[in-house]
Amino acid sequence: MSEQQPAPTEDDRADADQTADSTRTPVTTGASSAVRALENAGVETAFGVQGGAIMPIYDALYDSDIHHVTMAHEQGAAHAADAYSVVRGEPGVCLATSGPGATNLVTGIADADMDSDAVLALTGQVPSTMVGSDAFQETDTTGVTAPITKHNYFASDPDTVGDTVGEAFALAAEGRPGPTLVDLPKDTTMAETDREPGPAKAPETTTPPTEADEESVEAAARAIERAEKPLLLFGGGVVKANATEKARAFAIDNGIPVVTTMPAIGSMPEDHELCLSWAGMHGTGYANMAVTHCDLLVAVGCRFDDRLTGGVDTFAPEAEVVHVDVDEAEISKNVHADYPVVGDAKAVLDQLTEEIEQSPGVREWRQQCQTWKEEYPLAYKTPEDEPLKPQFVVEALDEATPDDTIVTTGVGQHQMWAAQFWTFTNPRTWVSSHGLGTMGYGLPAAIGAKLAAPDRDVVCVDGDGSFLMTIQELSVAVREDLDITVAVLNNEYIGMVRQWQDAFFEGRRMAAEYDWCPDFAKLAEAFGARGFSAENYDEAADAIENALAYDGPSVVDFRIHPAENVYPMVASGGANGKFALSEDQL
Amino acid sequence: MSGEDSTDAPEFETESGYEFDGPGMPGPAPDERPHPEGRRNTHGVRIDPEVEAKPRQRTAVVSALVEHEPGVLSRVSGLFSRRQFNIESLTVGKTTVDGHARITLVVEETDAGIDQVKKQLGKLKPVIQVGELDDDAVRAELVLLKVRGDEPDKVHAITQMYEGQTLDAGPRTITVQITGDQQKIDDAVDAFRQFGIIEIARTGQTALARGDTPTTPGEEPGHSTEPKGSTYRDETDADDETN
Repeated sequence: MSEQQPAPTEDDRADADQTADSTRTPVTTGASSAVRALENAGVETAFGVQGGAIMPIYDALYDSDIHHVTMAHEQGAAHAADAYSVVRGEPGVCLATSGPGATNLVTGIADADMDSDAVLALTGQVPSTMVGSDAFQETDTTGVTAPITKHNYFASDPDTVGDTVGEAFALAAEGRPGPTLVDLPKDTTMAETDREPGPAKAPETTTPPTEADEESVEAAARAIERAEKPLLLFGGGVVKANATEKARAFAIDNGIPVVTTMPAIGSMPEDHELCLSWAGMHGTGYANMAVTHCDLLVAVGCRFDDRLTGGVDTFAPEAEVVHVDVDEAEISKNVHADYPVVGDAKAVLDQLTEEIEQSPGVREWRQQCQTWKEEYPLAYKTPEDEPLKPQFVVEALDEATPDDTIVTTGVGQHQMWAAQFWTFTNPRTWVSSHGLGTMGYGLPAAIGAKLAAPDRDVVCVDGDGSFLMTIQELSVAVREDLDITVAVLNNEYIGMVRQWQDAFFEGRRMAAEYDWCPDFAKLAEAFGARGFSAENYDEAADAIENALAYDGPSVVDFRIHPAENVYPMVASGGANGKFALSEDQL
Repeated sequence: MSGEDSTDAPEFETESGYEFDGPGMPGPAPDERPHPEGRRNTHGVRIDPEVEAKPRQRTAVVSALVEHEPGVLSRVSGLFSRRQFNIESLTVGKTTVDGHARITLVVEETDAGIDQVKKQLGKLKPVIQVGELDDDAVRAELVLLKVRGDEPDKVHAITQMYEGQTLDAGPRTITVQITGDQQKIDDAVDAFRQFGIIEIARTGQTALARGDTPTTPGEEPGHSTEPKGSTYRDETDADDETN
């Protein structure tokens, strides 16, 4: 492309300088063009780790106002960018060098892919002349990440690298969000160019429809009107499409009960009468009863993950399914959609609202759902003389923090307790690793969340095993002076595995005992954070108060009841309606 | 609480049969609850369990118009390995539009599987259009066969029967080329077996929709110089414009 245009003269450049922001340094290299593309896209914060092949990009960042947060490990950078995007609703950016830097990003990129979170990853690469030669720190990054990205790019042209970065950024957020990656060979980023990138624009071939076609909306509306036991199922897409307000109004106006998926926690206020909380393996009994007995399931922005459906043969077995999704490929992928509606959740909810003439008469069904709420409440008992119950800790933290507090978690039993016993009332306040189930997600996610929303409280509920996987990021929280509270629900087990070993492997607890865990409070102090420990209910109350009051990163090591397990539970591949309330029901 | 306590932990579980004294927790146990009769099959389709039949597989020819850029084939084939689609053959080649290529896939899947193949393909960034071809589509395959050269006359006769060409004939081997639809190729291969097939190379099917029907929806014939969305023009029109 560069040959088609005459090289800019000195005058041209002077003109360009006058029109451009005078505080900006001009683009001089591929790297500065790439960074300019990030600036054009409005990027304020980026997470990454330095390295050989990405150095030209970092050199360009030296002149930029973008706040670069150096993470302790690239996995932390990807998770932080992911959480940043969940909280902000705009793509998070992470950077890594070639080879091990790029491969360390892989877990975080795969996590973002499974949860449809918009993340742009920029990776350094060996010079293109050395690509394929097994050069130092070389990995086929586009090859490795192809299955876990929406799309990835190998940027070989210094004149277009900025536009490529802009395109990748826009593509990450467009339609169904997801991660994109641009691999940046060092010769591209080092090469001279004065090409200013244009505005970030997603490629034409990827543009999904916004509004659904009228016929499909009509058919869905008629199905809703005649339903006797309709149930709304909000998925993560409701939050990603910023459709929460519309979705709530749709449910309330039509009086239809709502269950959510885990990624959609907070899309419907969990203290609302119509909200049955989240369904699935460890979802509430009443949500799973409702899913099992409804006659019409209106799913919006969800992909029917097996942790939600249990065995697909018994999932909403008597329900017709309306499936609204911006990604056509999700329709009838796992559960057949009788009424497919392809479009953006927000637009489609508007269309449906307009189209529905009469709300279904579902008083009896609503009452039935309330009955299930009374029959199967989330509950636990708190004997004062035994070790702390994790559920109590979660409830106490919820009580001590404002409504808009952001909760991040790792993966395991603690994640389920946090999801069950924290009452979420706002969207984008639940930040967790769902599809990939990445242990170690919680702490870097808390860092990303805090940087995305500095004025909000951020609490990371973690487990001992999960926390240990990315504990080094505590150094980042200290350096950035982030006021986050890490609540470690420490049972000295990799608890979810132990729960399964006890239930399905005759109690053979191979490699699940973590009695070698460090003293987390001391470790926190070693990192420069504040550390607290709590073994009983009084200590827990004090520790929560002190940790939340401390203006900076703090860690509370809650020594919880080591035998506590997560219930209700639907056995893997089992029927949602047959959730167990205790081990002997499995 | 470190080593000592956690070794005691199993006791908590084995003796944890305490009565729940919280608010009415356990409702009816799993088997005491009412359960609907309905069922879905493995594709999530509601079925009558009495008359359930396994979804049958069929063969479909799927054509994808793609941007001809490095890595497009690996993205497409990666999609199939990742999603475990059953691919019979895959051919790829340039079209008349610069920077475009056509990938023709033969897949053997259930209806739901074929639907997924098309939708997943359509999601890939370099994929411009995807279409499934009707049964009456024009399809062809090319095969190269290397057989023993002991009976050149007979080999030649069979080659002629299948309207093939002899590409190489030596004292020990003869290599022929046959083109045609899949049935013809299968028959030809069978016929050549009598001579002892030494090596074989099949391209897999490639196909175009018949008549005026575009091979992928919305696809328009064109040349690289034409702007996107223009209709087909023949050479004379093009000349007029340049004059």
